[in-house]
Amino acid sequence: MKFSESQRIVIEPGRRLTGIWKEVWQYRELGLALGLRDLRVRYKDTFLGAAWAILQPLANMLIFSLILGRLGKLPSEGIPYPVFVYCGLLPWFLFSNSVTSSSQSIVSATHLIKKVYFPRLLIPISSLGVNVLDFIVSAGLVVVLMLVYKIAPSWAVLLTPILALGVLMLALGIGLILASMSVTFKDFRFIIPFILQIWMFATPVVYSSSLIPEKWRLLVYLNPMAGYADGFRYALLNGRFPGVELLVAMAMTIGVLLFGLKSFSAVERNLADEL
Amino acid sequence: MSKNIIVDMQGVGKKYARVSSASAGYSTIRDSWKSWIKSPFSSNSNSRDEFWALSDINLKVAEGDVLGVIGRNGAGKSTLLKLISRISPPTKGRIIVNGRVASLLEVGTGFHMELSGRENIYLNGAILGMNKREISKKLDEIIDFSGVDTFIDTPVKHYSSGMFVRLAFAVAAHLEQELLLIDEVLAVGDTSFQQRCIGKIQNISREQGRTVLFVSHNNAAVANLCNRGVVLADGGVVYDGGAHEALSFYNKSLATHNLTVSGNVDRPHIVSVMLDESALMKGSLRVLVKFASPRELDPILVGVVVHTLFGAPIFGFNTVMDQNFTPEPLREGQAILEVEAPPLHTGSYKMSVWFGEKNENFDVQHDVLSFDFIGRQPLPPGVSLEIAGPIAVNGRWSVKN
Repeated sequence: MKFSESQRIVIEPGRRLTGIWKEVWQYRELGLALGLRDLRVRYKDTFLGAAWAILQPLANMLIFSLILGRLGKLPSEGIPYPVFVYCGLLPWFLFSNSVTSSSQSIVSATHLIKKVYFPRLLIPISSLGVNVLDFIVSAGLVVVLMLVYKIAPSWAVLLTPILALGVLMLALGIGLILASMSVTFKDFRFIIPFILQIWMFATPVVYSSSLIPEKWRLLVYLNPMAGYADGFRYALLNGRFPGVELLVAMAMTIGVLLFGLKSFSAVERNLADEL
Repeated sequence: MSKNIIVDMQGVGKKYARVSSASAGYSTIRDSWKSWIKSPFSSNSNSRDEFWALSDINLKVAEGDVLGVIGRNGAGKSTLLKLISRISPPTKGRIIVNGRVASLLEVGTGFHMELSGRENIYLNGAILGMNKREISKKLDEIIDFSGVDTFIDTPVKHYSSGMFVRLAFAVAAHLEQELLLIDEVLAVGDTSFQQRCIGKIQNISREQGRTVLFVSHNNAAVANLCNRGVVLADGGVVYDGGAHEALSFYNKSLATHNLTVSGNVDRPHIVSVMLDESALMKGSLRVLVKFASPRELDPILVGVVVHTLFGAPIFGFNTVMDQNFTPEPLREGQAILEVEAPPLHTGSYKMSVWFGEKNENFDVQHDVLSFDFIGRQPLPPGVSLEIAGPIAVNGRWSVKN
């Protein structure tokens, strides 16, 4: 027999239940090529690409420093407010940009989905590449800020990649849920920016979580991004250690990601017909 | 020894839900909310208009087969390729595919305008299922075949459309999968490019012994390339045999004189095409195209192209070409084309009809009708259309010594 069993494909009705990760691995080169495409387009001009990555958190830092730091005189756990807010904006923008790009990736890849086969999960996953690079570039500015404000890092800084991975997985989970929903409800994508905006102010990004009154504490525990924002400040600026809060956030991340994968696999096979 | 079976379709069917705005299949939250308020307890399953694009297909494709899939618009040709390539899942039955599949449903899928030719070769190659090593190995060959070597590091947005198509086909031509699914790829590019594509596909199938499933309205290409033909009609296989036999079966099966089209009613569409039989008897063409549209069209665009049975166009005439044609804005109506005594030889022909607005086509019905034309002078015995060609001219011979 000329063909090995691995090249034999049986196509049957119904939703796929197993083998999706095996297939994602088989098609890893395509995922890489798609991620690389987005990176190339974004960083075609290296300097401008990097400038755009920094611009978003930098501009927000300046605005919030002026309004909340200078005028509002918001307490910031004894850390200079600009650094404090930048270290909160860093994970937040990684999160919100990743949610936006992964949730819209499916609709913007409609053309590809209708013309070639590959495991559709590659699209939202590969859309995260740009956000990761943007994050790394904008994290570079933290080093500059720490030098300017003379803040020495501690060993906790090594936690940053793990925290970033957690944020990314949480964003992917939510992105997958939203992507699945926007297949059925075409106008869903208009709501996503509002959700993210409200979510940002519900999260201790531009203010310290210590400002949240005791009776609202539960809100912080129910919001995984609160744990990550505090986690980032702990890791980068020796802030308060978020302990339980962070553990809850990580547990919720796993739950959200599993739910996202489940809802995505429900729509995945019919995407070419539904879009 | 029997050949390996590459594709085995067993009782395969595909059902689509045709969603029209009149019977809303939920598309927006606002819509679903509105209809929930109207009737909170009824299910929405009956508001969808379901139809079988393919039903009970049993088809075996053996290694080395070059199978032409022939049929009118909506017969299920493209759906067939989408099922085999796994783009869309079947509703019924089972398909077993042995070997790697490359689906070329269009030229240049996934090309990115901002990226260079070279970067697009890697991207498009990956999309079509090649790995980086395979592409690197064939890179020089691909660039050479495309003939765009001096521009290979220029973003493709600066390419001419011809260069773009050549580069895209060059990538596709160097795929190594065992099974190639090709849909109307030859519909783009100029004639010499099409010839090269056909040559390359011939090479792939004959010399490399690979299996090809080929969908095209270009019957000459099917006749040239394929060793087997399958005719689809209304979602079923109505003929399976040699490519030439399949083509003549298909041409015979075309409607004569009158055809009602079932198109998408949400878009401007052709309702029916009719050929005036009495005009035909007198050696003239009178084509009546009924159309309807959900909105007013200003101005309508209707075109008719007459082909030989092999699909080569003989002449085409649309509303823009008639300078005296100045229609009012219309939602529905009947467009009538009269061609008095076209210079055609006696024989069988077929026609395609285009419909749209301004420069945009909304509905294209390929091979909508076939008809027998009676020319002014019959061809002498022993001279067929294939020898004399379809055009009848009035010539004069004289001889001098």
